[in-house]
Amino acid sequence: MAEPGVRKGDETMVVSCEEVWREVSNYLEEDVRPELRAAMDEHFRGCKGCTSILEGTRNVVKLYGDESMVSVPLGYSYRLHRRLEEDMHPSRRTFFGWMVAAAASVLVVGGFEAARSSGRVPQLRSPHAQRASAVPPDMTVLIYPDGKVFHVAGCTYIPAEAHLRSVSAREAEREGYTPCVRCLKQYLTQNTFSGDTPNRAV
Amino acid sequence: MQEAATSQAASPQPGNEAALIARIQNGERELFYELIQPYERRVYAAAFAILRNEADAEDAAQEAVLKAFRYIKQFRSEAKFSTWLIQIAINEARMRRRKQHPELIEPIADRQDDSGNYVPRDFADWREIPSETLERKEVREKLAEALASLGQIYRDVFVLRDMQHLSIEETAAALKISTASVKTRLLRARLMLRDLLSPGLGGAWLSQAFGKGTKPW
Repeated sequence: MAEPGVRKGDETMVVSCEEVWREVSNYLEEDVRPELRAAMDEHFRGCKGCTSILEGTRNVVKLYGDESMVSVPLGYSYRLHRRLEEDMHPSRRTFFGWMVAAAASVLVVGGFEAARSSGRVPQLRSPHAQRASAVPPDMTVLIYPDGKVFHVAGCTYIPAEAHLRSVSAREAEREGYTPCVRCLKQYLTQNTFSGDTPNRAV
Repeated sequence: MQEAATSQAASPQPGNEAALIARIQNGERELFYELIQPYERRVYAAAFAILRNEADAEDAAQEAVLKAFRYIKQFRSEAKFSTWLIQIAINEARMRRRKQHPELIEPIADRQDDSGNYVPRDFADWREIPSETLERKEVREKLAEALASLGQIYRDVFVLRDMQHLSIEETAAALKISTASVKTRLLRARLMLRDLLSPGLGGAWLSQAFGKGTKPW
């Protein structure tokens, strides 16, 4: 097959416009023989039309090759990983569902509780109890359904059969619990409770 | 093709990638996330170029990645992982396209394939469209529209070679055609796109997208 632009007997290769159009893509790929490349370069120097073809084609390749040509939808990677996860661990699908349901329940219940308790001072669960003010609100404390006070873990005043729930002191107070005078004594003020009489209203 | 090569996404070192694949094939399945991460975007782009719809492209991309995961044991290291993966994505997208549009028959120009030379239509001075203008949605849309108007056989070759940066040989292997056909179709695709985007051809898209007398770049 004849090489484009080869003229037998010519000392230098000359290419026509049609030959340039046929080879311009290979030229950009650097997939033309050196003699042809030189001949095309020479042609471009004298031909405005073919230079426009070359520059335009080069620009097209550059533009479409740019990563920003394609914008990936928001969350694509997350959804892809989740689908992979489901495929990798089919058993976790159910677990994941349960986790979502559980989290939703907590949110709903929490929402109700927050709505119920917001905007007013909660009623104390014992008429004899007094409010304390110095317990750090984020401290984790223990409460149980029929109790009236909250404790720190390990307090000997916690009944053995109690179904304990751990909450923050802030939440416990919101629900009307008061601090145990034994395990939380250091946070109570003298005028809140008289003497060392422990609050046994458990 | 230096321009295209410079914009290619950073890929992992071939040795590291081969080691990663071997570990996954030997049971460390969780490493697949790491393997796939650099290619997630390219998988989507390949599917989108064929399906031209975000939801369909995402679906096809997900399916392609899942298939790659399921069949990773069949992957042989003689091939490049990226080529193998993109090929799966292309096949998946083409299969969906056939399912969605069974009535679509390839244009006659497609079937005639490589016969006849393409004669450019516009010879006006080419005013370069800088890459920065791709930040503008209307420019991206115009380019996508031009690409969509190409015949399928030209579009597929162009997408693999110039957008996915596969080599000529990899493109030929992915489409099961000869390298000579790839080169011919690529030439035609590039020249057609150039004509479609040419500022000299009435500048229709300039005035539509940016208002009369306004340059988009």
